Amino acid sequence: MSSAGIMIEAPTTPAQTRRGFVLRTLRAKPAATIGLVVLMIVVLVAVLAPVIAPYGLHTQVGPVFGSPSWSHPLGLDDGGIDMVTLLMWGARISLVVGFAATVVSMAIGGTVGVLAGYFGGVVETILMRITDYFIVVPDVPLMIVVAAIWGPSLFHIVIVIGILLWTSTARVIRAQVKSVRERVYVKRARALGAGHTRIVLRHVLPQVAPLLIANTVLTVAVAIFDETALSFLGLGDPSRVSLGKVIENAFERAAISAGAWWAIVPPGAVVALIILACSLVGGALEDALNPRLRVAHLSARTFRLRPLVGRSDSAL
Amino acid sequence: MSEALLEVEDLVVHYPVSRGLVGTVARRPRSTVHAVDGISFRLRPGEMVALVGESGCGKTSTAQAVMRLIDVDAGAVRFEGRDLTGVGTRGLRPLRRRLQMVYQDPYESLDPRLRVRQAVEEPLLIHRLGGTSVERERRVREALERVELSPPDLFLDRYPHELSGGQRQRVAIAAALVLEPVLLVADEPVSMLDVSVRAGVLSLLESLKRAGLAILMITHDLSTAARFADRIAVMYLGLIVEEGPAERVVRDPQHPYTRALLSVVPRRDPRERHQGTVLRGETPDAVNIPSGCRFHPRCPVAVNACRVDEPALEAKRPDHRAACLLT
Amino acid sequence: MTPLLEVEGLHVWFDLADGGELHAVQDVGLTLQPGERLGLVGESGCGKTTTALAIMGLLPPSASAAGRILLEGKDVLAGGEATIRPHRWVDIAIVFQGAMNALNPVRTIGAQIVEALELHEVVRGAAARDRAGDLLESVGIPARRAERFPHELSGGMRQRAAIAMALSCEPKVLIADEPTTALDVMVQAQILELLDGLCSDFGLALILVTHDLPVVAQLCDRGVVMYAGRIAERGTVEELYHEPHHPYTRLLFAATPDLDDLDQPIVSIPGAPPRLDRPLEGCPFRPRCDRAFERCETERPRLRGFGDGREAACHLDQLVSV
Repeated sequence: MSSAGIMIEAPTTPAQTRRGFVLRTLRAKPAATIGLVVLMIVVLVAVLAPVIAPYGLHTQVGPVFGSPSWSHPLGLDDGGIDMVTLLMWGARISLVVGFAATVVSMAIGGTVGVLAGYFGGVVETILMRITDYFIVVPDVPLMIVVAAIWGPSLFHIVIVIGILLWTSTARVIRAQVKSVRERVYVKRARALGAGHTRIVLRHVLPQVAPLLIANTVLTVAVAIFDETALSFLGLGDPSRVSLGKVIENAFERAAISAGAWWAIVPPGAVVALIILACSLVGGALEDALNPRLRVAHLSARTFRLRPLVGRSDSAL
Repeated sequence: MSEALLEVEDLVVHYPVSRGLVGTVARRPRSTVHAVDGISFRLRPGEMVALVGESGCGKTSTAQAVMRLIDVDAGAVRFEGRDLTGVGTRGLRPLRRRLQMVYQDPYESLDPRLRVRQAVEEPLLIHRLGGTSVERERRVREALERVELSPPDLFLDRYPHELSGGQRQRVAIAAALVLEPVLLVADEPVSMLDVSVRAGVLSLLESLKRAGLAILMITHDLSTAARFADRIAVMYLGLIVEEGPAERVVRDPQHPYTRALLSVVPRRDPRERHQGTVLRGETPDAVNIPSGCRFHPRCPVAVNACRVDEPALEAKRPDHRAACLLT
Repeated sequence: MTPLLEVEGLHVWFDLADGGELHAVQDVGLTLQPGERLGLVGESGCGKTTTALAIMGLLPPSASAAGRILLEGKDVLAGGEATIRPHRWVDIAIVFQGAMNALNPVRTIGAQIVEALELHEVVRGAAARDRAGDLLESVGIPARRAERFPHELSGGMRQRAAIAMALSCEPKVLIADEPTTALDVMVQAQILELLDGLCSDFGLALILVTHDLPVVAQLCDRGVVMYAGRIAERGTVEELYHEPHHPYTRLLFAATPDLDDLDQPIVSIPGAPPRLDRPLEGCPFRPRCDRAFERCETERPRLRGFGDGREAACHLDQLVSV
């Protein structure tokens, strides 16, 4: 007969149940849900672009900078190509580059962060100095130089952006890993004789994962922005049409003096929308993960009063 | 008289104090924290020894040294006849199976992402024991039964946050037992649990002890140590100042520090209120150790000799040692 | 004599994330005479800290409260924050649980006491600094340590500083929430000795909130035992130990090891307290009680008085009523 066998059912608080944490956070903040929905729509459109684009990507369907009309709601670009089609295909390329660059960045940054945070000491010092070096290097000039030397292919662009973005991830992950490493259950695993690999994979990474996800989402936003900027500067892959390239083309072909706002504003708006959506989602996740951001105690609201209900010993 | 399972001899653990940039440049002399300054004791199979003392006395460092989680500066830690201090990480691994630790905080010592089943199974996986997963599950269930979490099915698939503090601590003990250790180091195993739950966990440890497990318990709670341990060693500022059978130490303390501590522990019975010997000040830090007897600045009965001569830990009664010039 | 502090029918609810409510404090009442020391005893989750915070009006925005809190006859809960605020620190002060770790790390302890004094317009400037020095001396910290930062002081010293801060405006009631829990045995004795002295010297009334029964036995005159948000029993500390009415009180004492009684078998109470986010039927202690019977399952025992402030909420009393 076990006296300890009587189960209690602790009311679970959101902070404690890791499962569904991401979903729950998003549900709690409407802005994040909107962001996620927008993002999913954009991704869906981009993925289905070859199928749902109304016209061919290289098919001229009207005059240069044709005005918006019923058949072409966003007008035509400098080559007489339908803008809606261009936006769909452009979003596709922008997102591909954004996600790919993010993957590169997270791989490098995550690894550096985990190694530095877990091992500390000399390893940490070296890795962090390398990180500092990369932080100091200015983004755009580096991109220009690399593009100039290696040539502007999609692959190179992805690598360049990835190399520039990993530093902030590395720092954030390192801080988190350091704090997780001090937790009692990690020390216990070491006392049990667990090797480093096991501890990192089974105990540290799962704790770091939510933060990594939040960071990833935010990095995507920056990656897409960087790609757009690069393309706009003419350093993008000339054979691929990204949103930045669309803006660049329009700009180069004097869309502004032609009064063709539809060639510049919509692609810019789509980029801004994607970045905003990513920021909302990533920001919400980060807020939920950072206990120091909880400021309930600074609220001006106070506790509420209720009138006494009936006799003071009535059952609730 | 059975062989000692664990024999600690003249154990010394020092930590260097960082001088900082300014200190290094200014060539300030290095100072060290004398966490443990030469202690000796032994632990037999089926025996529970309690290391008692206040914060800074060195009991936690001793526990960590015994578990070889930290390096030892001098002395020997002989486990099953073999000195652990010289053994490297690789050699320690098989030993870790026989020497396990239970931690103070039941809310932090279990990985919140692992179910009970996985938490208790993990030691088996780390040490590649238990063959098939069926065999491992059997051992996990057995361990849960041993800690009175019965029937095991009720607990196997739970997460730590679904359990109470007492249950979590039992899971932690089960995870320690699954490797079938012969020595368990328990660092304040119940201090973070509610009073009504403590006795259950302590009784569990007591029954494990009667089944042959040797337990080294670290605690600041004299009442618990007196009730559950076979022997008590009282530590002060890195040294053992008194050591003997639990009941003797508590009923017939030989060292002024032990006497003072015992006198100020509050009793349950309000009619037993009395004025204890409340010492002035707090334990000095372990960097600047007082000369002679370390306790002399706070000792209510110190004499001049205490400032100069360091008393040795010697038998004042049969099997009951204390380090005091006056008893 | 009007009691200094009177709590009647106090209820506190907390909003839960999933929309439900946690009924943390259920119909709690207590009285405190000037200079009296009252122990509010119970284990984690019993509602004792919430009760203390409610008395101070320091409940979070997610809480709602009902009942009366009478300070020298005046209901200070009635207007919420507005009515409690003028009394906070000036008439009732609190030393929080873990206060020693909640001191502002970037200000000296002297400055923090001065801040309390100036905020409540007791004194200002140089007079405030002098008074801060006196307060520190009265808690056993040499006045020159006022220049120190919290991290430069030991745990015991920081706790004393927190007590000094609480006493800065000369309150009539001091609430100490687990004042010695994280401290060493000897430091605990020093703090208890300090509280004892302060109460005697300044005629301070004390509410000691703790799970540590021996500490209450040592320092307090009367005790209130709480369980699952309700009062289980109250009486003098002698009565609670020598003649407990409620099984929980008896078992709680039995579960506490005592140096004077090493042979007595130590008892643990199986199970755990009930969830407070659902309505409960019957006695909340029933699942863990060693003397429960059929009535305990369906009917919740009411707090019955035995005269002279002695009360218990248990059906057993009615079996043997004279």
